[in-house]
Amino acid sequence: MSDVTSNPANEPVVDPAPGDHPPIAYSPRAAAWARRRASFAELARSVRSDRIAFGGLVVLVLFIVMAVAAPLISSRSGLSAVDSVGNSAWARPSWEFPMGTDHLGRSVAAQFVWGARVSLFVGFAATVLTVGIGSFVGIVAGFFGGWADSVMMRLTDWFLVIPFLPLAIVLATVLDRSLWNIVFVIGVTTWPATARLVRAQVLTVKQRLYVDRARALGASRTHIVGRHILPNVAPLILANVTLAVPISILTETTLAFLGLADPNQTSWGKTLEEAFGAGAISRNAWWYYLPAGLGIVAVVLAFTLFGRALEEILDPRLRKRSRGQR
Amino acid sequence: MSLLELRDLRVTYRSERGDVPAVRGVSLTIERGQTVGLAGESGCGKSTIAGAVLRLLPKGTLVEGSILFDGEDVYEMTPGRLRAVRWSGAAIVFQGALHSLNPVRRVGSQIEEAIMLHSADLGLDRSQARRRVGELLEQVGLRADRARSYPHQMSGGQRQRVLIALALACEPDLLIADEPTTALDVMVQAQVLALLAELQADRGLALLFITHDLSVLNSVCERLMVMYAGRVVEEGPSRELFADPRHPYGRALSQAFPTIGDRASRMHPTGLPGDPPDPAALPSGCAFHPRCDVAIDECSALDVALRDVNAGHRAACVHVEPPNKRVTNKSVTS
Amino acid sequence: MSDLLRLRDVHVTFPGGSKSMVVRAVDGVDLAVAAGEVLALVGESGCGKTTLIRSILGLEPIASGSVEFDGEPVTGSRRALRDLRRRVQMIFQDPAGALNPRQTIYEAVAEGIRIHGVPGREVDLVADALSRAGLRPAERYMSRYPHEVSGGQRQRVLIAGAMVLQPQLLLADEPVASLDASIRGEILALMRSLVDDTGISIVAVTHDLGLAWNIADRIAVMYLGRIVEIGGAEEVLADPQHPYTKALLSVVPEADRMEQQILVGETPDPAAIPGGCRFHPRCPVVAAGEAERLGILDQCLGVDPALVDTAPDRAVACHLTVARGG
Repeated sequence: MSDVTSNPANEPVVDPAPGDHPPIAYSPRAAAWARRRASFAELARSVRSDRIAFGGLVVLVLFIVMAVAAPLISSRSGLSAVDSVGNSAWARPSWEFPMGTDHLGRSVAAQFVWGARVSLFVGFAATVLTVGIGSFVGIVAGFFGGWADSVMMRLTDWFLVIPFLPLAIVLATVLDRSLWNIVFVIGVTTWPATARLVRAQVLTVKQRLYVDRARALGASRTHIVGRHILPNVAPLILANVTLAVPISILTETTLAFLGLADPNQTSWGKTLEEAFGAGAISRNAWWYYLPAGLGIVAVVLAFTLFGRALEEILDPRLRKRSRGQR
Repeated sequence: MSLLELRDLRVTYRSERGDVPAVRGVSLTIERGQTVGLAGESGCGKSTIAGAVLRLLPKGTLVEGSILFDGEDVYEMTPGRLRAVRWSGAAIVFQGALHSLNPVRRVGSQIEEAIMLHSADLGLDRSQARRRVGELLEQVGLRADRARSYPHQMSGGQRQRVLIALALACEPDLLIADEPTTALDVMVQAQVLALLAELQADRGLALLFITHDLSVLNSVCERLMVMYAGRVVEEGPSRELFADPRHPYGRALSQAFPTIGDRASRMHPTGLPGDPPDPAALPSGCAFHPRCDVAIDECSALDVALRDVNAGHRAACVHVEPPNKRVTNKSVTS
Repeated sequence: MSDLLRLRDVHVTFPGGSKSMVVRAVDGVDLAVAAGEVLALVGESGCGKTTLIRSILGLEPIASGSVEFDGEPVTGSRRALRDLRRRVQMIFQDPAGALNPRQTIYEAVAEGIRIHGVPGREVDLVADALSRAGLRPAERYMSRYPHEVSGGQRQRVLIAGAMVLQPQLLLADEPVASLDASIRGEILALMRSLVDDTGISIVAVTHDLGLAWNIADRIAVMYLGRIVEIGGAEEVLADPQHPYTKALLSVVPEADRMEQQILVGETPDPAAIPGGCRFHPRCPVVAAGEAERLGILDQCLGVDPALVDTAPDRAVACHLTVARGG
């Protein structure tokens, strides 16, 4: 990959008779790994050089670390109203309570840190579900075509047409209000967009000449999907993932704000809901609602910027151009 | 005064990888009504020349030497004068692939657009322009009502005719045809070539025909130039050049498409080893030497200028001796 | 000598633009290819030549007629097709498009080996195939990507990928049309040498009559889905009998000796094939009135001529030839 500048017309034609060479020490597996490492290194380099992408990534990593290390940073008791009886309510930020306290005297900082956990978890988990269902539907519909395509697409259209919020509300109300159910609700209502995207890409790749060649070589459908369709659809799916996560987070926030979230878990949306309900806005207790709000904005923005930059970097056309294509 | 004159034209593309010399010193002249052919393969710089004449090269491209259209330096023209010259002085016919025409506009309106852009000079209003579109389409062998078709509704040959009509819209003096028949079937190619010949004869158009098929040029053009790696390596009257090419590359190109019936090429396809060079990484000395079967030691160090073979016929090869000192070519490989 | 490939009355149709119209891309083709011979299938766009060879490999469904390979009829079963697709290989007009940009050259050549489980050390098989295709030393090309090599080299990779399976028949769809003129000869010479070295047969689809002159033993001329003339390449090219073949030869720029017969109009649409002889609307013989003079005009307008032998190993589908006694 690195010797792209050598000009074949200039290279001397070393011409041993065919069959007359020493055994070749080329290992396709080793070469594949070397290539993957090189690709990754190049990707890392591109991300580092794109300041916006890098900034987004840094912000994300910070939040994820904070969420994962929540037990180390802040004690869970800070979330309990019972344990907070002794604290003064509506306290402004202070040394003891860096983000002040809420209407029940609970530490807002604790809610921020633990809320991050739930928001991010739901964001990622729901995305896995969304992208999983969407990709499967998209690939099956795109590759097999015919009635499979029609059925899948009608299903997709059905889900697309139903207004999201009423559907989410109905589902959340019908099911128990638990964390996993929220994940389920979000996943099940947002997969259609991914499905359409993936299907379109599969249709494009399916028409490529190299797929014809694979068929002419005798490849089975599994081989074609695994070796040709998926690798050319994967970058799209990856970029879609990085953009689906913020959408899921926002959706969770919306549902929590509407009071549909798990009552036993704190999330940023829940914090906003409680702050709103307790009258924090009219009291001008900015320390209560601002952290959660800004946290959501920061994470969503970071994901979006990073995802957009990642999409550009992974676009094979752009990649080829940077290698000095003839 | 010649209609088009290129004097030592050098074009260098600027890219993040460095400078790429696409054209390295090309001089040519085209008189009014003359047909000149430019033959070469990918990377030789022929399409760059086509773009350079009308200043259609990407921004930042370095252009040295001069291009004189009707005596005026194209690169010294004011934007207004350049606009006037573009299309009504010289026009380009591109390859008729689907992306040469705007796919979402009817072909008639695209030709009309070209006319209206020069409406002041041509003295035509919109309705007159529309009538002219119909006339142009008929002149290229299409029905006037085809103006209402979209490009994808037409065949390759028909699209090519539309591009010719488009090029003729403003009555240019020079027509530059860049690979106009390359993607077409041999019968459609013949139709398009016949059309070009007819138009050229009727209007006294000068024609610069660019392609990689030397035999096509032989039937269309009076004079021929063969380009390789940004330079002209052979030029001369087409019949003579085709019959007796003196540059090894010219020879290879003329043999690339065999003459049917010629016993020498029966079951004996001939070509050149290697590939056309990458303009960003040219060989030293004569750019052709790695693929040349008569290269000698000097060829990797020395870049030969065009030498006279006889009247009007020149070739840039170390083996070319002037007519009074002609020596038979010996094969001496390095 | 038994034929390697026998096509009997093959028809391939596509659904047309409007519901009633059917595109008769291949409209009754009988063809035989012997072992070790090169057959050039010549015609213009839309004549069905590419569709015909694709249908041999099952890439297009055959509406009616039969394909016999090596004495055995080819059924449509998956196993039969898979087996056929090992013994019959194809190379394509667009070498860049026919190679997956994400696969290295090694993987592209090894694909066939892996699909069919060819015994032997994979690395050696790939290296040998690359060498025989003219890419030497093979190691230099193995880890490269298709966009890192030239057009001619890509076509050699495709040839290597096909030959590594040691096929008996190679179908070449416009093998040199998209390559530079100076490379054309080398690739054609390679193809001819494959026949001499391995005894393979080649069916080369092209619109370039010069290709037939360069490498073909026999030539078949197609027009609107039918073969209109077939015979030894030299005989047909030196003395064409069908008016279409004559016209084609007359306009080839390299054949300066004939008077040009430029046919009027576009190649008609395979969705609307003229009645009678499908060539009659453009036939110079009809247009010049000669058909009328000879009294065959009614036939030309009303009767579809069959391929009639005019000499051993020479056949023409034309009323004029029959009228003149062959």
